[in-house]
Amino acid sequence: MFSDFSTAELMAIFAMQGFAGLILFAVFILMALGLAIIFGQMGVINMAHGEFMILGAYVTYLTSTLFSTHAPDLFGAYFFFAIVFAFFAAALLGALVEWSMIRFLYHRPLDTLLATWGLSLILQQAYRSIFGAREVGVVIPDWLMGSYQLTDMIEVPINGIFVMCLALAATVFVITLMYRSRWGMQVRAVVQNRQMAGAVGINSAKVDRMTFALGCGIAGVAGSAFTMIGSTGPSSGQLYIVDTFLVVVFGGAGSLLGTVASAFSISQSQSILEFFMGGSMAKVLTLLIVVMILMFRPQGLFSLKVRR
Amino acid sequence: MMPFNHMKDYLTRQEALSFAVLALVLLVLLPLSLDVMRLNQVGKYLSFAFVAVGLVLCWGYGGILSLGQGIFYGLGGYAMAMYLKLEASSPQNTLIQTTPGIPDFMDWNRITELPWFWEPFYSLTFAIIAIVVLPSIVAYLIGVAMFKRRVGGVYFAIITQSIAAILTILIIGQQGLTGGINGITDLRTLKGWDIHTDVANYVFYFLCVFLLFVCLLIAQFIKKSKTGRILIAMRGQEDRVRFSGYDIANFKTFVFVVGAAFSGIGGAMFTLQEGFMSPSFVGVVPSIEMVIFCAVGGRLSLVGAVYGALLVNIAKTTFGETFPELWLFAMGLIFIGIVLGLPNGLAGVYSTWLAPKVDEMLNRLLGHEKQNQEIYTSIPIVKQGVVS
Amino acid sequence: MAQSKDLGKGFKLNRRHFLAAAISAAVMLSTTPMMALADKPATADVNTTGLAVTDDTVTVGILHSITGTMAISEEGSVQAEILAIEQINAMGGVLGRQIQYIQEDGASDWPTFADRSRKLLRQDNVAAVFGCWTSASRKAVLPIFERFNGMLYYPTFYEGLEQSPNVIYTGQEATQQILAGLDWISNEKSAKSFYLIGSDYIWPRTSNKIARIHIEQHLGGSVVGEDYFPLGHTSFNSVINRIRLRKPDVVFASVVGGSNVAFYRQLKAAGLDMSKEDFTLLTISVTEDEILGIGGENIEGAYASMKYFQSLDNENNDAFVKAFKERWGENAVIGDVTQAAYLGPWLWKAAVEAAGSFDVDKVREASPGVELTTAPEGYVRIHENHHLWSKTRIGEAQRDGQFKVVYETDDLMEPNPFPAGYQ
Repeated sequence: MFSDFSTAELMAIFAMQGFAGLILFAVFILMALGLAIIFGQMGVINMAHGEFMILGAYVTYLTSTLFSTHAPDLFGAYFFFAIVFAFFAAALLGALVEWSMIRFLYHRPLDTLLATWGLSLILQQAYRSIFGAREVGVVIPDWLMGSYQLTDMIEVPINGIFVMCLALAATVFVITLMYRSRWGMQVRAVVQNRQMAGAVGINSAKVDRMTFALGCGIAGVAGSAFTMIGSTGPSSGQLYIVDTFLVVVFGGAGSLLGTVASAFSISQSQSILEFFMGGSMAKVLTLLIVVMILMFRPQGLFSLKVRR
Repeated sequence: MMPFNHMKDYLTRQEALSFAVLALVLLVLLPLSLDVMRLNQVGKYLSFAFVAVGLVLCWGYGGILSLGQGIFYGLGGYAMAMYLKLEASSPQNTLIQTTPGIPDFMDWNRITELPWFWEPFYSLTFAIIAIVVLPSIVAYLIGVAMFKRRVGGVYFAIITQSIAAILTILIIGQQGLTGGINGITDLRTLKGWDIHTDVANYVFYFLCVFLLFVCLLIAQFIKKSKTGRILIAMRGQEDRVRFSGYDIANFKTFVFVVGAAFSGIGGAMFTLQEGFMSPSFVGVVPSIEMVIFCAVGGRLSLVGAVYGALLVNIAKTTFGETFPELWLFAMGLIFIGIVLGLPNGLAGVYSTWLAPKVDEMLNRLLGHEKQNQEIYTSIPIVKQGVVS
Repeated sequence: MAQSKDLGKGFKLNRRHFLAAAISAAVMLSTTPMMALADKPATADVNTTGLAVTDDTVTVGILHSITGTMAISEEGSVQAEILAIEQINAMGGVLGRQIQYIQEDGASDWPTFADRSRKLLRQDNVAAVFGCWTSASRKAVLPIFERFNGMLYYPTFYEGLEQSPNVIYTGQEATQQILAGLDWISNEKSAKSFYLIGSDYIWPRTSNKIARIHIEQHLGGSVVGEDYFPLGHTSFNSVINRIRLRKPDVVFASVVGGSNVAFYRQLKAAGLDMSKEDFTLLTISVTEDEILGIGGENIEGAYASMKYFQSLDNENNDAFVKAFKERWGENAVIGDVTQAAYLGPWLWKAAVEAAGSFDVDKVREASPGVELTTAPEGYVRIHENHHLWSKTRIGEAQRDGQFKVVYETDDLMEPNPFPAGYQ
């Protein structure tokens, strides 16, 4: 397969392939980070996670139309506003959902699965009624499209670099928040022992709501970023849900570091396999490997407690 | 050996009544009131009831939620479809193909020889055995691998879901061997007997109801046997049961395998009544819907599961025919409402509100009899922790 | 829609109380002489098989997904079919009868399609059904149409390998769509090496099979890669690197649905720019509808091979585009399948009038040879094999989301669902 190419060409291809893997890594991180908080920390199985992402994508779409009609000069910068709007829109909806439904279900994690599945159906149909069944085309500012010429043979897509930066920023933000802030300490306290946390004066209801909202907000940011690489339609969110859960479970729920590690290993293996054998088989093989490993190591890569 | 001392240990009066009412509805009421097309639809909904009944055992009693029941439903359905497809692909029916005698989709994918795993499906006996055994084997492998390592709760749900996703991608990707996304279509006859006639529809409907009752009675037996009681104990306090010397994994695997076998039969009944099988029953979405049928009916009630499958599907069709846009809203609200308001589903409503009155009435009619309380009223809402 | 449903139910009532209805009709006839009835054939003559035909109306079905993942694609077809029916009604209907339609939702689920088609044919007794989009949904309803002798007008370009007496295929089958496109691109761009990429299901696989045979045996070229991705796949960077490695003259793409958006955006971002000379892509799956989601700027310069583009310059098409926008809004776009769906009701009308009857058997008998000179794509004619003779065009995608037609076959392409030598 490689005999016809010079070493320089091969090096260039492998370098670009490495970037492709990193971009997929960033995509997985963004997908899984919100869920790692909601599922990993709170134990809520949020099947509507994909729909929260698509909410972010639709907010980005609305922001882009808003800017192109009212402030065409600033169009190049709209994406940053869109990300912020997407975060708050999704977080707000998240808080609402937590207040109206999730808070009754903390002691029944499997039931959150059913309820949020119902929510995802409602959201999908709501998107369909509001934005139409067709996909919307989100116009990306020119500076985000195209590629950056690293050497004369190596080209890196700019939006890929952007997604990577965003994923890095989001990860640092979440980890700092969870492990270096007072609020993060409260979250971890509530996760470990709700009653004790309450006894020492933590308002656990409020902490729950904020945590859930944060997870949803990050999903919104992910959705906003994904308008650059994927489609924005009422049921696009469904595409991500299995992958996302697998990344979180494989990393070991409860461990943010585990989520990062698992996103890295799954994205790398998928990207490398895809390069050698094409999409469908690569996907099946990756998922199979992950499931096999999970069967032998059910606690995932980093977590200690799932055995009961 | 008689496992039960008295009949009523196996079937309480209330339970006998509910079985009888279900039989009345399925065998008399529906066939008399519906035309053959609608009855055929009901028959297809009933094929999901097999899955829901299996889920009552696994989820309601065993506390293991599988989001991959579509795998087993699909395996059973495909086993049936493979047999029917081979019969439909006789050399004289497929003369226009490059290779006559193999299913049409194989010919389109330039496969010239029947794959080895299709060969045994020339035999109806093999197909019927495969419908039950194939899902059981897969469930056994999954069960042993997971339960021996004490994976449970949410993790089990997500891993089974992933397996369902893998199987769908595999079926769609290997279309030369499986028919791909189209599924296995255009099934016509069973042993030369046209499966699309009105008579055939009636026959399959009653066969479906009959098999459903067989499954219900088996499930009732398990529920009332020692295994059932251990399952309930396990769901409440798994460690205590383990410390009492029981091998938890074996019980879980057993009940999971039973659920899978039921699902396989359901899938086969669907194939017979619809005339095709498609990967759209295997994946993530249908598997979750099957859990919903069970939740609506009541996760602790076998008969409730049947009603759940029927009612959700009837609602789906009625709404879908009249207000397709509103249907998803309605369905979403039903899920949320059931989970928040009626965690024990319709059966919960029945046992709280109606059952005492019915009991009173029965007492008056049949004379006083000391009645065991219904099992689902005596058990609090299911609690499953992610991490204990 | 709700209204048409009520009408459907009304019909059932009429049938049940047929005698009463007949009497009241007779009374009406005697009291109010209706001129229109003079040239209208009697219902008993045009409907001998119990279809939903009354003295004034005929009921047909529309069966597409309006919920679920396929709603994206099928919306346009529904709009086109409704438009055609309304236009026919405004012209006086078919055999003097106004067309009523019952719309059912296939919900992007093949078994639901089967269920609904059974309802349309057995309960509603519709005279014809316009519907289905994916091959899978067509395969699911096909046995039902054959058993209950219905008539389905199927609009999508598809893989061929099928010829049912109960289906009229108004879209192109694979060879019609592919061969002309490959010939053109091989001449025009002197392309020798091809990379085939598609979504993983029967249509792309069959299309690529035909393309590969044509490339290798008739064009003297070579296929340097063939890849498939699961439906809904969204990461294409690895395959883009493979494409870079193999350096094909042409990428031949049949990626569908949401994957399309990801594929073209990532191509553009990776620096493979189709608006420049060094990279050529020929697609058989991107119509104006898909460009809405992809964004014109991301696919500018790609070539598409199909039979219809919204920008076609002829009188029929001008009128069609105008009417479509008046009915469905100025922003509506019309893709290949939408136009093919629009042909359905017109072809049915022509066949019914040629047969002088709504009976499915007579309509089927009259169908081969039925021609339409008013089709937006130009002239079409039904072949003996129930597919359409039609021209194939190559369009070059523009930034504004439209195609510029750069080539058109001289003659009508003969439909050939079972192409010898390509199987």
